[in-house]
Amino acid sequence: MISRFQTAYGTAADALSRGVRRVSAALWRRPAVSAGLLLLPPLGWFVLIYLAALAALFISAFWTVDSMTGDIVRDWTLQNFRTIFESPTNIAIALRTLGIATAVTITDIVLAFPFAYFMARLASPRQRIILSTLVLVPLWSSYLARVYAWRLIFAGDGLLNWCLRLVGFDGVEIGYTNWAMWIVFSYIWLPFMIMPVYAALERIPFSLFEASQDLGARAWRTLFRVVIPMSMPGVVAGSIFTFSLTLGDYITPVLVGGPGSTFIGNVVYNNVGITNNVPFAAAYATIPLVIMALYLSAARRTGAFEHL
Amino acid sequence: MESRAARIGLTIWVGFVLAFLFVPIILIIVYAFNSSNIQSWPIAGFTFKWFGSAFANSEIRTALLLSLKAGVIATTIAVLLGSAVAFAVHRFEFFGKDAVSFMVVLPIALPGIITGMALNSFFVFWGLGLSFWTIVIGHATFCIVIVYNNVIARLRRVPRSLEEASMDLGADAWQTFRRVTLPMISTSLVAGALLAFALSFDEVIVTTFTAGAQNTLPLWIFGAIRLGQRLPEVNVVVLVVMTLTFVPVLLAYRLTNQAGAMVK
Repeated sequence: MISRFQTAYGTAADALSRGVRRVSAALWRRPAVSAGLLLLPPLGWFVLIYLAALAALFISAFWTVDSMTGDIVRDWTLQNFRTIFESPTNIAIALRTLGIATAVTITDIVLAFPFAYFMARLASPRQRIILSTLVLVPLWSSYLARVYAWRLIFAGDGLLNWCLRLVGFDGVEIGYTNWAMWIVFSYIWLPFMIMPVYAALERIPFSLFEASQDLGARAWRTLFRVVIPMSMPGVVAGSIFTFSLTLGDYITPVLVGGPGSTFIGNVVYNNVGITNNVPFAAAYATIPLVIMALYLSAARRTGAFEHL
Repeated sequence: MESRAARIGLTIWVGFVLAFLFVPIILIIVYAFNSSNIQSWPIAGFTFKWFGSAFANSEIRTALLLSLKAGVIATTIAVLLGSAVAFAVHRFEFFGKDAVSFMVVLPIALPGIITGMALNSFFVFWGLGLSFWTIVIGHATFCIVIVYNNVIARLRRVPRSLEEASMDLGADAWQTFRRVTLPMISTSLVAGALLAFALSFDEVIVTTFTAGAQNTLPLWIFGAIRLGQRLPEVNVVVLVVMTLTFVPVLLAYRLTNQAGAMVK
């Protein structure tokens, strides 16, 4: 019985193996088919859901909402964009978002560069592993937890004022202001800047530093003429994150911002969640979309995508 | 090569940045054990009681369960689709290859509200009600890139010749995949999956646009903080979320030991 079963099993396995062979040989000879089979599900997902969604977003920005019924009116109009650009408030919100995103990006470059430089040039291999783990821990710790922590720090009787009073200063009230947003955003996205800058600095061969100095350049000259230009792709890669993530955020303005801290994201969120004016929200969301499209296409030229 | 002053300056800077990075995280841990329900520093005393009251809260439990479920399903989709793209991009030359790898990064390279808004208007467009599944679709979309990054980084490092050797020695395509390819990339798959899960478990911006009446854990936290309600429980839940995202990340880090692939 057993042997017959084994024979039957063996034959079936052989047949299966032959089948697999035939199929795999056929696929091997036609790489286009294999690539197509691999790409079909993910491409389908992206094209049908995500790209279609981006298209839907772009299209609905040209529609309006009937103010009486709240239904979407599918007539082509530039009304939403006119509303945005004719309202000083809306322009101020867009400029504030852009301004803070820029400030955060610059702050993070300043904070991250010396840190990444230390990691790449001065740290021992062991220290390097420890430091990169220490950077990645906050990067992957809960975003909400970290924003919430700053709410606790900025509170009237929080850690910040406790420390200030300890050294004899008066307490400050910076919670719920744009300053608070600037600090929190810089904090939240800092690891996104450190990692790519470190990766870029690490790739610079040691010999280039020596060559620069052998040729008579002093430390600062080496830094500005060799190190910084060669680390630019990393800086640009990091800035894509810090800039884009700040541009698209609306949680931090709600949690640590004040009355004058409305972001593009808040307007979008309120129009979707509260007023139910999806077309207007879509039109407003195209502002960061266009900004990021320009930014990404500029960044692409610098080779920053190798560092993402 | 750097002067002594530069070394000292850089070391101090590193210490400063590390303090900046970790003070808030330590604070979260400390506040979870705050015996008072008033959130001030220094904390009034040490207690475990808020852990009990947080886990006794059915809203929190429901949200936790929903987050876990959405995370697991989204991660599964991301692993399948993300590794498929990684294999296709690594193994084959085809028209629009750059466009494909660019497209995969888009959901996290574009601002969160764009992805959220886009998915939202897509669901509205097709008249799909927001549900658990729309949350999953959103999460899977931005998790694919995490798996993709991990797997393609590994594929670029393992020599193709091992698979050719396997084939030359008579293994068929399935055997080669099962015995050679899969063992070589398995840790990167697991790492990608863990990171994708961590990302999904913590995501709030896209989720607010794709969730209907359902609350994921981050959505519950966001709502509670905004309303200033149940803050002692918020402290506990925030610590739990932090731990639950931190553990998979640390595991993933040990598995890959390669920082480059971990950057979101």
